[in-house]
Amino acid sequence: MGSQSYVTIMKEWDIVAARQMGRDIAKNLGFGTVDQARITTAISELARNIHLYAGEGKVCFEIVESLEHKGIRVLATDNGPGIRDLSQVMEDGFTTSGGLGAGLPGVKRLMDDFDIESEVGKGTKITTTKWVR
Amino acid sequence: MNRDLRDIAIDNSDRIIQEWSKEINRLKSANYTADISKELFENNNDEFVNVILNSIKGNGSTKIVKDFSDRIIKLGWPLSYIIDGLLVFRKVTTNTILTEIEQADSEYISEVINNVDVWVEPIIRQLVNEYSVSWEHVVSLQRIALQELSAPLIPVMDNITIMPLIGTIDTERAKFIMENLLEGVMQHNAEVVLIDITGVPVVDTMVAHHLFQATEAVRLLGAKCILVGIRPEIAQTIVNLGINFSKLPTKSTLKKGFMLALEITNKSIVEMQDKSQNIDQLLGLDKGSERIHANSDLKTT
Ligand SMILES: Nc1ncnc2c1ncn2[C@@H]1O[C@H](COP(=O)(O)OP(=O)(O)OP(=O)(O)O)[C@@H](O)[C@H]1O
Ligand SMILES: [Mg+2]
Repeated sequence: MGSQSYVTIMKEWDIVAARQMGRDIAKNLGFGTVDQARITTAISELARNIHLYAGEGKVCFEIVESLEHKGIRVLATDNGPGIRDLSQVMEDGFTTSGGLGAGLPGVKRLMDDFDIESEVGKGTKITTTKWVR
Repeated sequence: MNRDLRDIAIDNSDRIIQEWSKEINRLKSANYTADISKELFENNNDEFVNVILNSIKGNGSTKIVKDFSDRIIKLGWPLSYIIDGLLVFRKVTTNTILTEIEQADSEYISEVINNVDVWVEPIIRQLVNEYSVSWEHVVSLQRIALQELSAPLIPVMDNITIMPLIGTIDTERAKFIMENLLEGVMQHNAEVVLIDITGVPVVDTMVAHHLFQATEAVRLLGAKCILVGIRPEIAQTIVNLGINFSKLPTKSTLKKGFMLALEITNKSIVEMQDKSQNIDQLLGLDKGSERIHANSDLKTT
């Protein structure tokens, strides 16, 4: 399937690089300004979580195409501490860092498909997709 | 043996210089900026290759290299030119020595290569080092310049101050915004601060969180924040994120925010009935502008 590219997250400014790349891909796919902002913000949340909780990781982008539509898939992976209770972190307002706790539930609402896998001590993998309407 | 090789290289320096210049000129057309004039390029080449040779003669004296690097850095020569120059020098010198001695067993060849490497490597290291020090200096200056731009406060009238934010907000800048905001509120005795985020490309939870904290701190000082310049796509994104902005008054535009600020500070803008003064007079431009006066007189009659 479509082409793939990625940004390695190691320092804070890599977050900016990741969302810039995501925004460019989204724009080229024909997403409108509102969806571009949604996708960029979702990437920002995922990349920042990697930076804050895992230290380092990767944000990959993939252009996905099915018969009816095209979309952008964002994969955020890290080998960090992992998440013990997945349903808890998907609750609005849950945070372990004194943040707003709006990141992950927000990403789920900003994007169309959302999937999270995590294993304590191994890492976290979040796959999320937005389709061009 | 070591000494011999150095002598061979120095005895043949004319040939080395010639070969080197030929190669470097070939590279020039492909690689370096076209706006370097031919003359300047050639002068610089002569100097460059002599610096390398002198440094080898002087057993790796760093002073000549340092003076040279200071100058080319100031003139803005690309690092790629320097690297190419040294790599070509290594190749040309190795070849020259090898043709000179006609003793070509592989052990000897590798000794020649090793020797030339030992001459050239310290120069490469030093020049690259000088370059990176100069870049780091530039970057740190730009950082300061950027920081000065990062959270400006504009006191537009008594008690009303505006902070226009442009560009990405990272954690460092967020801290800076907070500091400036609090300092400014005290200094300008502000009652209302308008934070304009028109120029902020992404408002994520981190940015929102810092805005909330800054607002709360401003509130503790007895002033109010109004968030303005919220573009439609940002508004939708914030709603999707599920962030609750109810504690922070928001307006779509700076103009609307300013009207609210006037209300809060018990002020209003009154339009005057008749313009008693000429605009130029108000702007202090009226001296020596008779012609314009004459024209406006004409219009009114
Ligand atoms: N990649 C990750 N690795 C480990 N733990 C994570 C990861 N991402 C999120 N978490 C955990 O999930 C919690 C919720 O994340 P979420 O992004 O929703 O909120 P937050 O980061 O705490 O605050 P906000 O994103 O609103 O600034 C985090 O506090 C953290 O404990
Ligand atoms: Mg988060």
